[in-house]
Amino acid sequence: MNFEKALRAIIDSLPYMLGGVWVTVGLIVGALALGFVLGVPLAVIQVYGRTLARRLVVLYVWLFRGVPILVLIFLFYFGILPHLGLDSAFLAGVIVLGLTSAAYQSQIFRGAIQSLPAGQLKAARALGMTDTQAISCIVLPQALRLSIPGWSNEFSILLKDSALVMVISVQEIMARTRSVAGRTHEPVAMALFAGVLFFILTWIGLRLLRGLERRVRIKGYSQEGSV
Amino acid sequence: MSVASQAKGQNQEILRVEKLNKSFGTNHVLKDATLTLRKGELKVLIGPSGGGKSTLLQCMNFLIPPDSGRIWLDGVEILGHKKRELYAYRQQVGMIFQDFNLFDHLSALGNVRIALTRVRGMSRKDATDRAMAELDRVGLAAKAGLYPAQLSGGQKQRVSIARALAMDPKVLLLDEPTSALDPELIGEVLAVVKDLATAGMTMIMATHQITFSAQLASEFVFMEQGAIIEHDSPAALLAPGACTRTKAFCAKINELTGEPV
Ligand SMILES: Nc1ncnc2c1ncn2[C@@H]1O[C@H](COP(=O)(O)OP(=O)(O)OP(=O)(O)O)[C@@H](O)[C@H]1O
Ligand SMILES: [Mg+2]
Repeated sequence: MNFEKALRAIIDSLPYMLGGVWVTVGLIVGALALGFVLGVPLAVIQVYGRTLARRLVVLYVWLFRGVPILVLIFLFYFGILPHLGLDSAFLAGVIVLGLTSAAYQSQIFRGAIQSLPAGQLKAARALGMTDTQAISCIVLPQALRLSIPGWSNEFSILLKDSALVMVISVQEIMARTRSVAGRTHEPVAMALFAGVLFFILTWIGLRLLRGLERRVRIKGYSQEGSV
Repeated sequence: MSVASQAKGQNQEILRVEKLNKSFGTNHVLKDATLTLRKGELKVLIGPSGGGKSTLLQCMNFLIPPDSGRIWLDGVEILGHKKRELYAYRQQVGMIFQDFNLFDHLSALGNVRIALTRVRGMSRKDATDRAMAELDRVGLAAKAGLYPAQLSGGQKQRVSIARALAMDPKVLLLDEPTSALDPELIGEVLAVVKDLATAGMTMIMATHQITFSAQLASEFVFMEQGAIIEHDSPAALLAPGACTRTKAFCAKINELTGEPV
């Protein structure tokens, strides 16, 4: 490998690659947000919902955990979304990654909700709270705090899965890596570069989440857990 | 107010439950439980572990929906399946739990305030004032900013009492409020209960604190295997020569704790 030539390829492609970073960031933020907005109600329904609603959630989770993201991408981009008048590849990527993440996130939240002592909900009900009030004021604020470590995991996995949307030519990091590699014949250098970019994004995201976890920690509880 | 109407006021029925039944599977844990709480009285539920005391108390505010039976508050029947009525009813029936059940993510003040703002719709400022007043009443105004994990057991239970009182309940249901406490902390919670009794709060309390409750209770209600076996004034049930299940049970408890009946 010609080191100088490799370095040149990386430096020359820097602005182009940084553009890809922003696309990846957009994908991941959109997908995580969609996954969160859907995942929380899915979890609440799976824990507190009626039988039929619960079964539907379980079915949803099975489906999106069971079918490969690549299959879903083709299905949505070529099959479902065009019928809805949506032909943006980026949007298809956000939707597929978001729907998949919702399935995983819902299970993170469900675990957290179910780990709360039953007495919390009882006490809320005893004060005259409606189920909605009890869930939104008492259950979720605690469950979401407990979910942050698991959610960090989901973030780092989804970030790397987001590269799959290159198959429908979303110009994120990996799509651009491939085109630069083809043009410059420096696939190894560019792969390493892409790896570094993903690593940095993961690191920043995890740092932010760790900070969030610290900031919302309930006073009196040590990091090692409650007494 | 005339003496007669005062006497009538004292006798006024606040909460009445009739023939409450509850089964968990084939385990019939509550059998035709019937009782009436009159204004300002303290009824004390005693009986062996597993006798159904907690189940009865939680059926009284539908935390556990009874299989059958009827409940009246101030003469108005409460139908557990009507959500709106049920929520309004629960606001008027305070509940104190054995293990406190404070909301772990809220400070002492937040615990007392949250139902005032969310359920009662009070402004944050009014709710804060009211919550501070209730914390003051249980001697914890100085601890308002602390979180449950930073409070002792006795302090937690006092916060939970303040939380219930802030809703202006007509009745308090107390389920062994001191059972989870170290002996030296029991006194501070019982002192609050005593203050409430003196102030005329209508209460029903499950407890094993026989000596304490014998002084305050208008009635002992003895439960065993899901049924109310005996109920009468402590003096009558524990009278010398009385041959009651209650007396035998109390003697056994006090033998263990070293207190005389
Ligand atoms: N959620 C439940 N599911 C099944 N059985 C239950 C449930 N809750 C209570 N029971 C059973 O109901 C019976 C009465 O229990 P309960 O807690 O009311 O007794 P208790 O008088 O409060 O006892 P303790 O003094 O130990 O608190 C017990 O046999 C218990 O096992
Ligand atoms: Mg009990």
